[in-house]
Amino acid sequence: MFDTLTARFEDLFYKIKNKGKLSPTDLDSALREIKLALLEADVNFKVVKEFLENVKTKATGEKILESITPYQQVVKIVNEEIIKMLGPSSGGISFSSSGPTIIMVMGLQGSGKTSSVIKLANYINSKFSRKVSIVAADIYRPAAVQQLKDMAKNINVDVFFQSGLDPVSISSKGVEFFRKNGSDVIIIDTAGRLQIDRDMMDEIANIRKKINPHLIYLVLDAMTGQEAVNIAYGFNEKVEYDGIIMTKLDSDTRGGAALSVYHVVKKPIEFISTGEKIEDFDLFHPERMASRILGMGDILTLVEKAEEVVSEKEAKLIEEKIYKNELNFEDFISQLRSIKKIGSLDKIFSMIPVPAINKNKVAGKINLDDSYIDRIEAIINSMTVEERRKPHIINGSRRKRIAKGSGSSVTEINKLLKQFSKTRQLLKQYSGTKGKSGMPF
Amino acid sequence: MQKLIRNINYLWNKFKNDNRLFWDELEEQMIAGDISIDTTAMILDEVKKNAYSENINDPERIETLIKSEIIKILEINKNTELNIPHEPPAVFLIVGVNGTGKTSSVAKLASMFKKDGKKVLLSAADTYRAAAVEQLQHYAEKLNLDIVYHQKFSDPGAVVYDSIEKAKAKGIDIVLIDTAGRMQTSHNLMEELKKIKKVISGRINRDADEILLVIDSTTGQNAKKQVELFNKSLNLTGIILTKTDSTSKGGIVITIKNDLKVPVKLITSGEKLDDMSYFDAVKFTDLLFS
Ligand SMILES: Nc1nc2c(ncn2[C@@H]2O[C@H](COP(=O)(O)OP(=O)(O)O)[C@@H](O)[C@H]2O)c(=O)[nH]1
Ligand SMILES: [Mg+2]
Repeated sequence: MFDTLTARFEDLFYKIKNKGKLSPTDLDSALREIKLALLEADVNFKVVKEFLENVKTKATGEKILESITPYQQVVKIVNEEIIKMLGPSSGGISFSSSGPTIIMVMGLQGSGKTSSVIKLANYINSKFSRKVSIVAADIYRPAAVQQLKDMAKNINVDVFFQSGLDPVSISSKGVEFFRKNGSDVIIIDTAGRLQIDRDMMDEIANIRKKINPHLIYLVLDAMTGQEAVNIAYGFNEKVEYDGIIMTKLDSDTRGGAALSVYHVVKKPIEFISTGEKIEDFDLFHPERMASRILGMGDILTLVEKAEEVVSEKEAKLIEEKIYKNELNFEDFISQLRSIKKIGSLDKIFSMIPVPAINKNKVAGKINLDDSYIDRIEAIINSMTVEERRKPHIINGSRRKRIAKGSGSSVTEINKLLKQFSKTRQLLKQYSGTKGKSGMPF
Repeated sequence: MQKLIRNINYLWNKFKNDNRLFWDELEEQMIAGDISIDTTAMILDEVKKNAYSENINDPERIETLIKSEIIKILEINKNTELNIPHEPPAVFLIVGVNGTGKTSSVAKLASMFKKDGKKVLLSAADTYRAAAVEQLQHYAEKLNLDIVYHQKFSDPGAVVYDSIEKAKAKGIDIVLIDTAGRMQTSHNLMEELKKIKKVISGRINRDADEILLVIDSTTGQNAKKQVELFNKSLNLTGIILTKTDSTSKGGIVITIKNDLKVPVKLITSGEKLDDMSYFDAVKFTDLLFS
């Protein structure tokens, strides 16, 4: 999610930063930029208005015009207000104290309900080790039930469906069935519908009445435009829900919808979905989203993910080696593998806090292609253990052999060796100044 | 779709004494309809210029001016005709991000062509999403059409190859290729589409006859990036705008037309097979103003 909102803020703050002091006209042009940026990011225009009022009042109240650090002050205020506008941090799931927890999911066509149901089931299953089951209540879209069944199979979750029944009966039968079979959590996947479709909205209201879910989530596509608030509002009028699952955040959408919906409907975003893989699902953190918007990258998420895959001991060891300039290809390949565990290269890249403008430039140049890692891996795999441990012994004839073994060219081998020694130097410098490195790159 | 500008008469009376506020309100309503800031500014500048030079003092005529500016933009590259070559089979590639309505658009297109007496073959090149093939199979059965599919996770390029070969052998007129949803930012998946495109041109000795991007009309400004990046990778021949039965105002189309000039060829307005029609700039604009 590197985008113009980030870029605009960065440009803006850069200007202010260079000036030192902020004049009232500076503040106004700052507010104007923020307005444009937010609108371009699909934040609802009414919400933008309110946001600007708040920032202005605060900025004036806190006397930032007289401050000698106006840059920090404005960033602070904008950041705080954005976090506020994004609503509370996800509270996670509160399970029913007696009997199974029943969850219903609803939303527009194509918003990502079915995959969210699967990801949610997997999340509950793996985080809380509870037995989750799913009821398939979409009788309209061709092969919707089959889709759910196929995906559920991958995560070992049972699906209830009975043909010939209407969605209300399917839901109540399904809930009864799983109640008896000892499920802890029962999730109901419903058909996509427009919030203005009377019959379909009556249907979902009836499902709710019949089965009385403990939790209802609205699934909302993060790429939705200005209508997001009306969609969120329309569903809530007819079937009040508890929270929102925001999907497709792996796109380069600026996610303005996320900024608006809480503000208008006062229903928190609980989960975000960031890719097509089952694990691409997470609790919503407003601070992270805000810092992403503000161009600070999602460094918190990245750090956390890196910590998950790199043990502290391993990190220490690497750090030491970097310091002694002893880093070799064996370390390198294990690091590459850790990176692959974190996610795809472009995803990792999008989480790194580099100014958006630079990022786009770099992204264009290095083609964030995961097969790049595979190629490097192939080359390193063709090295002998000795070569991996002591890269400096890799001479001309060895290079030729490695090239042959890995199906690459000598030029590629040369390039890798050169890059490697450069990286080694850089890392040494980095460890020299920072002194701490828990990150695998 | 819903009305783009509400109560222009009311606004006119309310801000009688302050022109600026009147225009600001109009600007907001247009932005609220997902028209980008730049396109909105461009339209309103033109409208203001005309309104002042012709001394227009009537809100309804201002509305008409806005309308005609929008029509002007939407009529850029207004050719909606689908390219069907003399030598069959015609090959259409349908692409887009996840959930926009690709598969149902393929079915709607198929139904449309079948009514015209054309022989259609469906190519299930979404080998990724669970039950994507079954979804397309359902339509093939319903419309009684040929369909080519392979195993799950198999190479979509191979499906396309087989589809075209089969179409040639069976004297099919039109091959409609359904593809997996993908984000325009995913390098690998965009490369996969390029490869499919190459397979097609290798089989028919010309580029795919149509490469249509499916865009959900509730999408905000990101739709612009979708068109930009899909176009960069594939050279789109047109856009299918789906879900115009929703409450969105489809303003993003105006922006796309204005910025990127890719023609919108078709729109869908519901989930039934015949809820598809050719895009008509005037009719579309009428909808926005009625
Ligand atoms: N209301 C409405 N729903 C649509 C329209 N076109 C497609 N859909 C629905 O959008 C959902 C996703 O469509 P699908 O074709 O499976 O999308 P794909 O993932 O892009 O292939 C399905 O539930 C469709 O019925 C339309 O014009 N209006
Ligand atoms: Mg599909």
